[in-house]
Amino acid sequence: MDDIKEKIVGILQDVTGLDNVGQDADQDLFKDGVLDSMATVEVLVTLQDDFGIQVPVSEFDRSQWSTVNKIAQRVQELE
Amino acid sequence: MNNITPYSSPHYFIYLMLLLLPIMIGLWFGKRFRVYDFIATVIILIITFFGGNMSQGISLIFYVLYEMLLVFTYLSYRKKHNNFWIFTSYVVLAIIPLVFVKLDPLLKNQTISLFAFLGISYLTFKAVEIIMEIRDGVIKDIKPYEFVRFLLFFPTISSGPIDRFRRFQKDVMNVPSRDEYVELLHSGVNRLMQGLLYKFIIGYFFGTLLLPKVQILTLSYKGQTPLGLSWALVAYMYVYSMYLFFDFAGYSLFAVAISNFMGVKTPMNFRAPFKSHNIKDFWNRWHITLSFWFRDFIYMRLMFTVIKHKWLKNRVTIANVGYITLFLIMGFWHGETWYYIVYGIFHACAMITNDAWLRYKKKHRKQIPSNKFTEAFAIFLTFNVVCFSFMIFSGILDKLWFV
Repeated sequence: MDDIKEKIVGILQDVTGLDNVGQDADQDLFKDGVLDSMATVEVLVTLQDDFGIQVPVSEFDRSQWSTVNKIAQRVQELE
Repeated sequence: MNNITPYSSPHYFIYLMLLLLPIMIGLWFGKRFRVYDFIATVIILIITFFGGNMSQGISLIFYVLYEMLLVFTYLSYRKKHNNFWIFTSYVVLAIIPLVFVKLDPLLKNQTISLFAFLGISYLTFKAVEIIMEIRDGVIKDIKPYEFVRFLLFFPTISSGPIDRFRRFQKDVMNVPSRDEYVELLHSGVNRLMQGLLYKFIIGYFFGTLLLPKVQILTLSYKGQTPLGLSWALVAYMYVYSMYLFFDFAGYSLFAVAISNFMGVKTPMNFRAPFKSHNIKDFWNRWHITLSFWFRDFIYMRLMFTVIKHKWLKNRVTIANVGYITLFLIMGFWHGETWYYIVYGIFHACAMITNDAWLRYKKKHRKQIPSNKFTEAFAIFLTFNVVCFSFMIFSGILDKLWFV
């Protein structure tokens, strides 16, 4: 699980260009404006490539994917 | 008797309240009367669409049958296969009636306008959402009566807010507890009152009392000054913007309030849009259910495809191409006139400029001050950019320059 989280934080940092993203694994990424639609899609595509999972856009319910912890949990379920 | 536009007259509210009473008493005692809900829907639809001549009502029936045919043949197809082109054809077929209706003013063809009925856009958004989510596999099953109930949910039938099937389904399959329902009635009454204030007092003041006078004044400069420009046009811009907001926000409040009375938490359409800090913020606050529909079903899907297939490399280019496509589609959706399209392009440019500014700000965070004054300036600037775009949208320039 920690592996997954570390990877996700890496992806978020790459996409947003912010070094301090993911320090708080419960930070709401949408509310705090870290992820806009474009960044969200980039994260989704990268998650698909890196973890080999399929996440359709309409599956992407913002409330379920809003923090590093939640993303890690969804990825683990889908893997 | 003529068709009654929803929420437009005291009559409508009287009929509505009488019809709602049994539903509300039922919910109070923890029951949903499915048969009665259906009958109430039919009565409201008759009042709305079968008043004067019946053509709107007949179009509505044919439209619903047509979309049903599409959704259910696609559902049974999707259970076995998942071809991209079949999916695309279904989406195209689902929007064809709307495209024809929108092209009508351009073609001036009498037979086409027969297809039109109030709210066709909003029904189409719902049908397309369902087809897209069936493709994604998040809607696995849907029964014909569930589809019709969602599509024809009468509080929102004429102009939204645009709900989502799975969210709506959760509400109607569930009966709220007494406490929850009291809460819903409370927010419903508040919204109804706010809606009355917005639509029938403030909206009426700007739209019915002020706007026609300012318009006459604005048009009196036609041919008198370069391009007919005048201070009256500036006044028109603000008056029209106020009218547009209060009228539409008022209507949306009614739709949400009536939904609440029926135990459905239809999403809100506006969240203090004139307090937006930038244009992106504005689209998260203005006609929210429409902009989120466009975001989820057009923008994000387009971005997803472009990034996945690596059609474009530069992320700024990708985002900008996305904005232009999105807002052009939105412009065409409003109608086939030059000012709606210019309105779309204007907003695409505003979004692109805004993104560029945000990138610049990110890089120079230390040099750029951020305080109460800059915040107030950001709100002021956004407000004026938005009002300017509504002035384009209003069509006043068309009257001033071309008609």
